[in-house]
Amino acid sequence: MQQFLDALLLQAGYNATLVAIGAALLGFAAGASGTFLFLRKRALVSDAVAHATLPGVGIAFIVMVWLGGDGRNLPGLLAGSAVTAWIGLVLIEWITRRTRLAEDAAIGAVLGVFFGLGIVFLTIIQSMSAGRQAGLEGFLLGSTAGMLLEDAVIIAIGGTLAVVATWVMRRPMTLVAFDSDYAAAMGYDVRRIDLWMMGLVLAVTVIGLKLVGLILIVAMLIIPAVTARFWTDRSHRMIWIAGAVGGATGYLGAGLSASAPDLPTGPIIVLVAAAIFVFSLVFAPVRGVLAAVIRRGRFQARVHRRQGLLALAARHPIREPYTLRLLSREGLVRQDGVPTASGRAEAAKVVRDERRWDVAREVHQDAGLAGRYDGLTPIEEVFTADEIAEFDRRLGPPTVVGGA
Amino acid sequence: MVSAQTTSTPPPTIAAKDGRALRPDTAPSDAALALRGLTVSYGQKPAVFSVDASFPANAMSAIIGPNGAGKSTLLKAALGVIPRVSGDVHVFGQPLEIARDRIAYVPQRASVDWDFPTTVIDVVQMGLYRKVGLLGRLSGDMAARARDCLARVGMADFAGRQIGQLSGGQQQRVFLARALAQDADLYLLDEPFAGVDAATERAIIDVLKLLKANGKAVVAVHHDLATVRDYFDHVFLINVRRIAEGPVPTTFTTEALQATYGGRLAATHLDELAIAGGA
Repeated sequence: MQQFLDALLLQAGYNATLVAIGAALLGFAAGASGTFLFLRKRALVSDAVAHATLPGVGIAFIVMVWLGGDGRNLPGLLAGSAVTAWIGLVLIEWITRRTRLAEDAAIGAVLGVFFGLGIVFLTIIQSMSAGRQAGLEGFLLGSTAGMLLEDAVIIAIGGTLAVVATWVMRRPMTLVAFDSDYAAAMGYDVRRIDLWMMGLVLAVTVIGLKLVGLILIVAMLIIPAVTARFWTDRSHRMIWIAGAVGGATGYLGAGLSASAPDLPTGPIIVLVAAAIFVFSLVFAPVRGVLAAVIRRGRFQARVHRRQGLLALAARHPIREPYTLRLLSREGLVRQDGVPTASGRAEAAKVVRDERRWDVAREVHQDAGLAGRYDGLTPIEEVFTADEIAEFDRRLGPPTVVGGA
Repeated sequence: MVSAQTTSTPPPTIAAKDGRALRPDTAPSDAALALRGLTVSYGQKPAVFSVDASFPANAMSAIIGPNGAGKSTLLKAALGVIPRVSGDVHVFGQPLEIARDRIAYVPQRASVDWDFPTTVIDVVQMGLYRKVGLLGRLSGDMAARARDCLARVGMADFAGRQIGQLSGGQQQRVFLARALAQDADLYLLDEPFAGVDAATERAIIDVLKLLKANGKAVVAVHHDLATVRDYFDHVFLINVRRIAEGPVPTTFTTEALQATYGGRLAATHLDELAIAGGA
């Protein structure tokens, strides 16, 4: 616990501090730029793009060693990964556009082939004399052991650029994600905007390779956006909420993994993200599961109450225990199902409203208002008091409910 | 008098492949939307074949035809939303790419995900995105304009709602408000009355008639034959090829409809239309 707090307060040593700051920045960038990926329903494309970075890492290493340099030069490796990731992305786009294959098939093909190719390169590098301690496997699941200031700077600069680019392009990307036909009709180049969006995702993937690894980076792109969706109904706010969720996730995850030896940083970050997601899923005010259950329960109660009152008015026995319980709790019926005085009054009002609706349907045939009858909406919400008075005039004097 | 354009490329007068129409040399500049030799295909099968059309300015036009006749496809190809195999498009006498800012499009309601995180006013403001650009602020005049467009379709009270909470008719009105925000001269609508309630249909037609009264052109894909005479001035009948085109009183006839719909138009259906001048 003490170690966890130390890590959160950046007191757990130089390396842990670098990792925490780097992970927070990466989380923010990934959350913000992943928002449109999620809204465009192309989450899995990013998974293929991430896997397509691996052959680039291998090729870059080999090329740098061959040129007599240090194969582990991080900017060089990342540049290589960006090149093959871009090729993978363009391939998916091309396959989807030029063949009858759907995008999921293209994703599967590109992901598998590029990842396989990458593993081949890594194996070759293992057998090279310079490759023994290359540590390239760290790119699969991320590694924080050798995190340098340089690495954190790459994340900070790249991440800031990605967030700024997301914000600048938010309108075209929203338009394309919501209604691509309309965007095209307005003269936007939908294909180019899609490539731009995926380019942002690619950039975040590349800068996050070292820290969380190519297998889990997709979680950092998608989970914050999905989580943010629970808390807002506006896409532009989602960018910042997803960024905040991603940033907090990275920070907490890095702190947790620093609090005990041998806790892997990338996977812990993803698990923290999952925890925030599950919390949102359950407790979000409108879209959460709990809110939905409560809403449904209230609706059910309204239906039962209304049906019960109509049954009272018609002098039908109420057989459903839930309805009886509901009405007796309100003091509308006694335990044995006999209506009380207030129950009879309520039932009379319900019946009168039903008759008013009947009149409304005749009088207002064309207005679409009468179409709002659903058995539950109070008539006072739909028609004005004057209109209701007019319905009552047409109905004539009130009759005794259930009068034999 | 020396003509400057004699030698370069005299456009030949080409007979359309269906042999029924002679293609004009140039697009009629008085038309709001003119299509020449437009062909669109999905794979090897043309959905719209070699269609010439000319929708007049200052009028309301209907595109009519059976299911799968290429009505929506024609509209989308005219806008460049889907690629054309051949043909060209002129808007007020100018090529499409130049005149694009003068067009507003209202897509089919079913074409978008209504659970998308956006509010009614956000959707209307999408119509202003071209004008405000990437970094411009959507406040002051622009925001007032979006609210005004929403009020014109009777949806001012719904500005802050998430769009999924609206009824079908309300969603259609929001789409219309978004097109109004573009302040265009030509409005292209894809089935604006499909699946909407009577009040919405009334509200939409009132807005469209007001547009026409202000000198705008309206072209709508329409499926309800019974209301064509009430709503539209000009009609374009299509079933992959162009069948007929012209003012509603002379063009919207029993023969033309029979030619468009073939056996799919039942005789009883025709009786309901009570078409004057038919047969």
